[in-house]
Amino acid sequence: MFYQQIAQNKRRTVYVMLGFVLLVVLIGAAVGYVFFNSYVAGILMAVVIGGIYMMLMISQSTSVVMGMNHAHEVTSVDQAPELWHVVEDMALVANVPMPKVYIIDDPSPNAFATGNNPEHAAVAATTGILEKLNREELEGVMAHEMTHVRNYDIRLQTIALALSAVISMLVNIGMHSFWWGGGRRDNDREGGGYVQIILMVLSLIVVILAPLAASLAQMALSRNREYLADAGAVELTRNPRGLISALEKISDSAPMEEADPSSAALYISNPLKKKSMSSLFSTHPPMEERIERLEQM
Amino acid sequence: MLTIIIVVIVIVLLIAIYAGVYNGLVSARVHSQESWSQIDVQLKRRNDLIPNLVETVKGYGKYESSTLEKVVELRSQMMQVPAGDHQQAMEVSDQLTNSLKSIFALSESYPDLKASTQYAKLMEELSNTENKIAYSRQLFNSTAANLNTKIQSFPSNIVAGIHHFTQVEYLQVPETEKENVKVSF
Repeated sequence: MFYQQIAQNKRRTVYVMLGFVLLVVLIGAAVGYVFFNSYVAGILMAVVIGGIYMMLMISQSTSVVMGMNHAHEVTSVDQAPELWHVVEDMALVANVPMPKVYIIDDPSPNAFATGNNPEHAAVAATTGILEKLNREELEGVMAHEMTHVRNYDIRLQTIALALSAVISMLVNIGMHSFWWGGGRRDNDREGGGYVQIILMVLSLIVVILAPLAASLAQMALSRNREYLADAGAVELTRNPRGLISALEKISDSAPMEEADPSSAALYISNPLKKKSMSSLFSTHPPMEERIERLEQM
Repeated sequence: MLTIIIVVIVIVLLIAIYAGVYNGLVSARVHSQESWSQIDVQLKRRNDLIPNLVETVKGYGKYESSTLEKVVELRSQMMQVPAGDHQQAMEVSDQLTNSLKSIFALSESYPDLKASTQYAKLMEELSNTENKIAYSRQLFNSTAANLNTKIQSFPSNIVAGIHHFTQVEYLQVPETEKENVKVSF
């Protein structure tokens, strides 16, 4: 069952990448058309920026994400024996190499995993989670993270994160050059007619809606993976109670101070805790639903 | 001519399938052996920690010498278990786990012992080892299940029969034992 999930995830990574690349090209074209008066320049810019950023992100994902979330690495067992040992145990039973371990100085309990593959993975825990959770609960949380590692969710998330960052960067570049006078001048196009007005409007719509579409896609991906990771965690620890009470403690606490909004989808529970009006916009499934599914195991 | 080509192709395909199945069996067996050695490492590690524990708690009167003696005796029994005998190793290990647990329980009545950093470190080490034994047992059973499924299912059962692959016995993990292992401090 889990092997199928891994294969499915790898396939899905390819689809997500293709979809995002298309979106990036489309946005590049739209940004180019609206702000520079040329499709080609826009597409070229999008491909170059997107390519460089992706390469950087994939090779440096761990340090970039950890940096964004102000996490520092734990390099020896003495610095955090319990966390280190729990991570070691979960890596052992999940049959993946020991990931790097990071700690975030934040009183709110939370944790996440990131990286490119199980050989280059990292997990982070807040100081709050280490204080508030007992060993059993911490095992549940780390087993959840290790499932993300084993199922290649981390790679899927890294790529989704990088691409949505690229999209918002493109829109920003377009906006800036527009405000600072580099934009299109109306007299460049005389006698354009309706077609050009329509194209212009369409392009503007793409520019406005694209970042939204990108984050919607990222959120939908993230939501589905959480249920699977919860199930996988129970498979590893054989102890649903630990994860249930961990999730209860996590959902009862205040939001994080240090969390980076763009990596919110990585955390075991949304670190920003914004009560969204529609579940379409949330990165995580509702906590009650997750706990209920765990209780049925 | 055509029939010869077809026959050759079929033979080559059969050999390839056979080789693939055989290799799958071998790697499943290697995995299960590897996961046993994971357990073995932890058992040895615990045996290395026990003298430290005995040394640390010896001075505290309430530790009846019998409790400590039992632990020391089980430890030496552990070392005498023949290398291949998984079930016996696990049996002695379970008894050792229980005796260690009673030592941990007794430490509740000695606040100054509990407060000592050396003891705290030892406790973390020992409970870490206990947890690792439990989790590596679980890993062993899942690798064993993988191998056993291959040995029983078609067509790998034919290859397994020819090359005498034998099923691996699962390690019994009693429910109560699982509880014992989760020592939280």
